[in-house]
Amino acid sequence: MIEIRAVSHQIAGTPILHDITTRLPEGRLTALIGPNGAGKSTLLRLVGRLEPLQAGRISVAGHDIATTPTDRLAQVMAVLGQQTLIASRLRLAELVAFGRWPHHKGRPTAADRAHVAEAIRTFALGPLADRFMDELSGGQAQRAHIAMAFAQDTEWLLLDEPLNNLDMSHARALMARLRALVDQQGRGVAVVLHEVNYAAAWADHIIALKDGRILAEGAPDAVLTEDLLSRLYDAPISVGRHQGRPLVLHHA
Amino acid sequence: MIPAAPPRPSRPVWVLAGLCCLLAVISALWMWQGLGGGNRGFVLGLRANKLAALALVGVAVGVSTIMFQTIAANRVLTPSIMGFDALYVLLQTALVASLGIAGFAGLPAAAKFLSEIALMVLLASLLFGTLMLQGARDIPRMILTGVILGVLFRSLAGFMGRVMDPAQYAVVQAASFASFNRVNATLLPVAALVTVLAVLAAWRMSARLDVLALGRDAAVSLGLRHRAVVIAALSLVALLVSVSTAVVGPVAFFGLIVAGLAHGLTRSASHAVLLPAAGLIGATILIGGQWLFERQLGQAATLSVVVEFAGGLFFLYLLLKGRIR
Ligand SMILES: Nc1ncnc2c1ncn2[C@@H]1O[C@H](COP(=O)(O)OP(=O)(O)OP(=O)(O)O)[C@@H](O)[C@H]1O
Ligand SMILES: [Mg+2]
Repeated sequence: MIEIRAVSHQIAGTPILHDITTRLPEGRLTALIGPNGAGKSTLLRLVGRLEPLQAGRISVAGHDIATTPTDRLAQVMAVLGQQTLIASRLRLAELVAFGRWPHHKGRPTAADRAHVAEAIRTFALGPLADRFMDELSGGQAQRAHIAMAFAQDTEWLLLDEPLNNLDMSHARALMARLRALVDQQGRGVAVVLHEVNYAAAWADHIIALKDGRILAEGAPDAVLTEDLLSRLYDAPISVGRHQGRPLVLHHA
Repeated sequence: MIPAAPPRPSRPVWVLAGLCCLLAVISALWMWQGLGGGNRGFVLGLRANKLAALALVGVAVGVSTIMFQTIAANRVLTPSIMGFDALYVLLQTALVASLGIAGFAGLPAAAKFLSEIALMVLLASLLFGTLMLQGARDIPRMILTGVILGVLFRSLAGFMGRVMDPAQYAVVQAASFASFNRVNATLLPVAALVTVLAVLAAWRMSARLDVLALGRDAAVSLGLRHRAVVIAALSLVALLVSVSTAVVGPVAFFGLIVAGLAHGLTRSASHAVLLPAAGLIGATILIGGQWLFERQLGQAATLSVVVEFAGGLFFLYLLLKGRIR
């Protein structure tokens, strides 16, 4: 479980998050949704200790992120930020191999190599393994970064807009892969999603953020309602049903 | 068909072996070429001293530039462009100004040098640590800040020089211009010790530097103690810059050539390869260059100018090509 208690955050004096208290259930897929600038990335980055916590407490699987050593946290959660640019000239397989760093600290074992190979296979990156990262398309690079986080093999996986740049079939494959992590291995996954229908189709739990506050949270059926989504995005939105799940329609 | 290990290390190994051989050949050439009849022992001693100085400076510049570029996440900066060596010169000037020439000359060279570099490490990691940890995402701003800092340090040192008496100023001036011809040989033993220790420490950090090179977010996510590693690496950079500046004076762009060659030749992102490659390349260029200019062209003093000119051109080329990352 990820427990967020009374977390507030400001940047240069501007409040970004206001007194957020919530829980992300373990062994579930949680989607963070909300309009641009709502504070989704900020919240995820705070949980992933990519930004220093200013007020409140956060614990991940029982580890208080303010007091647990960062290298220990890296064995508990993997975080992938929204922007992923690397300066060094790396091959794809080398990048994915870094996912094992928290476990071997520079001395990879055979088991580490097996994890890397599995991550590369899982995201269908085998044919690209020897390519340099700056010679990949946006979606391929995105998948490589996800594969690195995946190779980290942690109890929690936090991904900020992982579907960015992915085509329909790779987006679907990724969500199915995350679903399998949750269902088969009991991992916890938190994803920031923009396409609400992916949340409708794959998430167990949804947290809707607006203007740095939680507008609603709960099961997809409870959160993805016409009234709530229209308020969340300040636009008329209708919700139908498809295969027993909400289907969000936003064509005027 | 999926490689279970990162791609084979054969190329870097060959490159490193080749660089070692090249350095050995050039060093032998430096030592024994044109050795006349006369007092061979004396000439060999002189040559060995200079060889050691050039090698030290080459290694220090190469290793520090690679580390610095990793911290700064780009390939156009060197510690010197950011004002590291200017800071060192300023420190020296301040020391002369405050101790007076008698006090300055009276201190044992090694003690003076060690206290200078201690001060340098402290100031540089404080100043550049703040700069790098805050502004690392905005590279143009960081370059600008560094250049301004460099100018500031230089003009402060110049100002102090102007207000001190001419005898003191002469002492400072000798320390503020690069010259591979007149190396400061009294410092060699202690400089060698500091360089060896710093390079060993850098080498031990190489796996962490690899992670650092992924950028702050990825490094933190992988559990690297980012701030601590940045500060430690900057301290080593400050040590190495102090050594090279103390021995031959400030060299601004030379590191750029060395780092560019190291990256280009090894085509590796692994610091366990890059650091030794840069050290070997730096030493080889300086020894080979000084041999060429001093022995073949009879222009002992020009190497620094040529190296700086070529480095400056390379800097412009990188900027114009937009190779900021
Ligand atoms: N470095 C910064 N300086 C100033 N304001 C910032 C900074 N980073 C984020 N903000 C502000 O914080 C707020 C929340 O940003 P955040 O990135 O968390 O939003 P988000 O919900 O992830 O949006 P998006 O869907 O566009 O990714 C925004 O209003 C943004 O303008
Ligand atoms: Mg965002």
